[in-house]
Amino acid sequence: MSEVFKKPIRLIARLDVKGSNLIKGIHLEGLRVIGSPNEKARLYYQQGADELLYMDAVASLYNRSYLSQLVTEVVRNVFIPITVGGGVRAVDDVKQLLRAGADKVAINSAAVRSPRLLRDVAESFGRQCVVLSVEAKKTSAESWEVYVDGGREKTGRDVFEWIEEAVQLGAGEILVTSIDRDGTEKGFDIELMEKASKISAVPVIASGGMGTSAHASELLSKSTVDAAAVGRALHYDRLKLPDLRNSLLSEGIGVRDFG
Amino acid sequence: MTLANSGVAIVDYGLGNLKSVAEAVSSVGGTAEVTSDPHVVSGASKIILPGVGAFPVAAQALASSGLGEAVVHAAQRGSTVLGICLGMQLLFDIGNEFEVTRGLSLLPGEVNQISIDEGPSKLRGTHIGWRNLSVENLGQIHPLFRGIRDGESMYFVHSYAAHPSRADHLLASVKYGGSQIVAAAGDENVFGVQFHPEKSGRAGLRVIENFLAT
Repeated sequence: MSEVFKKPIRLIARLDVKGSNLIKGIHLEGLRVIGSPNEKARLYYQQGADELLYMDAVASLYNRSYLSQLVTEVVRNVFIPITVGGGVRAVDDVKQLLRAGADKVAINSAAVRSPRLLRDVAESFGRQCVVLSVEAKKTSAESWEVYVDGGREKTGRDVFEWIEEAVQLGAGEILVTSIDRDGTEKGFDIELMEKASKISAVPVIASGGMGTSAHASELLSKSTVDAAAVGRALHYDRLKLPDLRNSLLSEGIGVRDFG
Repeated sequence: MTLANSGVAIVDYGLGNLKSVAEAVSSVGGTAEVTSDPHVVSGASKIILPGVGAFPVAAQALASSGLGEAVVHAAQRGSTVLGICLGMQLLFDIGNEFEVTRGLSLLPGEVNQISIDEGPSKLRGTHIGWRNLSVENLGQIHPLFRGIRDGESMYFVHSYAAHPSRADHLLASVKYGGSQIVAAAGDENVFGVQFHPEKSGRAGLRVIENFLAT
């Protein structure tokens, strides 16, 4: 990074929810209830998370979502950007979430089925609130496939082609979740993140596998992602945001100056 | 219908995260009313003009609803106004997003696209994220930034930026590549912030608290 402009990495606390519960599985499967998402959200806000990401992994399957209720409640005490995803199918769903207090909406399955949705949402509310959520599974040495419905259904689509198309349509940010690494705490799929951040013309959030601050520094030294999402390691208290920030700072990695 | 003296009218013209702005006002002890009624706005002593989206769409919505005129009327009577993000940009004379559009002309100046050439290649067109604010201008710290230390991080998301005509209207700035972006501008009773105080944690809430105290 240049001396004049050090762009800090954004640290995003990821909260996977089912109904009103905070859950976390491995490889987006085997979901286990951890507790109250909003309680954790308030803690992470106080500890200096830069953003929150709520994902309802099963909303796409059951056509329902409690997300707007959760958001309505959490924005009473949490004053950082909030992205919400899961079960978003139409412009009206986006409108409802934004009115509840969300700042951005993440769209996966519905965008794969009907890519036009990305453009419609961008035109209605601006590109800055459209996050394309990509669930990626490695299929061979050099390729990753797009999955939908909480990592359950394969689509036959190439991850990088889909990212490029989505940016053309109106995605303002890309959330890339590695299904292989999700919930493992074994580190990011660096190659995937490196390639995704290289081809994307908009900011990329890396998700899946973060367990230690070393995983974050490896990610940042080998890719140009703009943000790192961390879920499970935070929820089980194996990683704390203040420690993570301090350890990145000590390595000269820019993070938000949080007083 | 009028607001009590301590109340803040949050202008609802269909754009922006009104809920979060209202919660932020409440959390620092203010009373917020989200309203799309021009009479309420023109009678309010404090007004917040939020906004996310494109300048022409917002300017059109303000004009057709009568809310723009209500904000101008209130400001001319001495009410304090805080524009946030696009709401700040709308306070100026002219917006050059997609097409040349008239703003509310409460502050002299115009709004132009951030030049991508000014920053490093990884800026990707939109200025998004937490940035360190410089709150001193011409040796002064504006009351809006009382208690905010120089270098405090605020959350930005925008692709256009305001260019005030008057140097003394600049209240805060952020570094962007080799140049500066206007992070806040204002005169006696009309202020605008390019960042989102309602999304900038405790420091952002302090700015809202300071606005309520103006």
